[in-house]
Amino acid sequence: MDFSWLPKYLPLLFSGLSITLQLLLITMVLGFLLAVPLGLVQVTGPRWLASLARGYCTIMRGTPLLIQLYLFYYGLGSIFQGFPELRQSFLWPVLREGYYYVVVAFVLNEAGYAGEIFRGGFLSVPKGELEAARAYGMSPWKVLSRVWLPRAVRNVMPALGVETIQILKSTPAAALVTVVDLFGVADRVRQETYIIYPPLIVLMIVYLVLVFIITRIFSRIEAQVPSKR
Amino acid sequence: MKLTKRLVLGVATAASIAMGVSAARADLVFATDAAPYPPFTSQNAAGEWEGWEYELLQALCAEMNEKCTLIPIAWDGIIPALLEKKMDGIFGSMSITDERKKQINFTSVYYNSAAVLIGPKGGDKNIAPDALKGKTIGAQASTTHANYVEKYFVAAGATLKTYKGQDEANADLAAGRVDYVQADGVTLNSFLQSDDGKACCELYGAVPLDVEVLGPGVGAAIRKEDTALLEKINGAIKSYAAKGGFEELAKKHGLSGLLILPPNI
Repeated sequence: MDFSWLPKYLPLLFSGLSITLQLLLITMVLGFLLAVPLGLVQVTGPRWLASLARGYCTIMRGTPLLIQLYLFYYGLGSIFQGFPELRQSFLWPVLREGYYYVVVAFVLNEAGYAGEIFRGGFLSVPKGELEAARAYGMSPWKVLSRVWLPRAVRNVMPALGVETIQILKSTPAAALVTVVDLFGVADRVRQETYIIYPPLIVLMIVYLVLVFIITRIFSRIEAQVPSKR
Repeated sequence: MKLTKRLVLGVATAASIAMGVSAARADLVFATDAAPYPPFTSQNAAGEWEGWEYELLQALCAEMNEKCTLIPIAWDGIIPALLEKKMDGIFGSMSITDERKKQINFTSVYYNSAAVLIGPKGGDKNIAPDALKGKTIGAQASTTHANYVEKYFVAAGATLKTYKGQDEANADLAAGRVDYVQADGVTLNSFLQSDDGKACCELYGAVPLDVEVLGPGVGAAIRKEDTALLEKINGAIKSYAAKGGFEELAKKHGLSGLLILPPNI
């Protein structure tokens, strides 16, 4: 096993790590935020909105992320081909960078998964608690913000921890659209040094450590929320 | 008397048959990849060989006054087949590498792919590294071309974007997300001939050859002990190059400017 490349590529490894962590955090926060309304309308929304949300989740969960990202980035690219004037527009610095496509594709995809989790979370809150809240004269909004959502979040916390790990492990897809994340670094090392496997083994260790940290963070959060089980 | 006559006749016939056989054996047999590799070597529907590299083989054999046949062999097993003497040489776009040189000998280089840059139609054709400062260049990941871009253009202030496949790099050039794409001339030429390629892009030119990064090129592979054959082929390459044969043949197949050929190599 040849690890002589490691010192030289350490800076690149850290920049790859920071890209991976950025993708993870943005996807988590925005994905989970979008998931709340997606889950809620499936439980309590008007019929048309519920089926719209259900359809969205089905499509996002039912197709591979890799193909979604590919279609989004290269599909739009093939449309851009017909509009060269776009290249002079102020939007171009964003439209030409793979990073933004990855962020949008990951967030939309994750919202589909987490939407399904939140649907279950909202359903798992006992009807009696909601009825009691209404009996106190709380408005529907107050019922949601004081009782329903906090209880649902508590219930879905373990599932969100698992989701976060899944997102982390999806991030190598970013290399498909020229983003040099952690996995992209292994590509770079192989390209320049012809060393193939040792970089991948280093990556495995880094991902494992990250998963370990995520697991610890979520179990901390879960422990701080008292729940009767 | 009669018996002796017959005997003599018989021996003569046997000798002539044996000579005929040995004459047939003196023909050279070369192998190439069984998978078609147009425009270099491929078999048409009738099973006849065609392509630039096949015609080059025939031209070199004409220089050597030999009759050569080409046989297809699966690429994975082509070096073992040579060592087992299933043929006399490999003539199939085999790149010269140190790893291969441990097992077999290579003749002198008979072509190297030119590494070229393509870009959007109507752009500035100056592709010196300094002129590409601030530009973005696409290349397939883990290829010699990505390394070349890194060594010359990134060092001069350009950005490299790497792609999983050549098609993706070309697509992003068409979309305008990269300013140039580098790859070998033949590959990019077939993209430029496609409808998408014709619509968006054109050839900007070949980058200066750096053998250390791009590799020395392609030679015929011969068993280590067959030094006489090696010298014979090298001689043929030299004399054919002196006639300007390589360039002429490349022109005939539309490969002019896409390959670096003897005597320029």
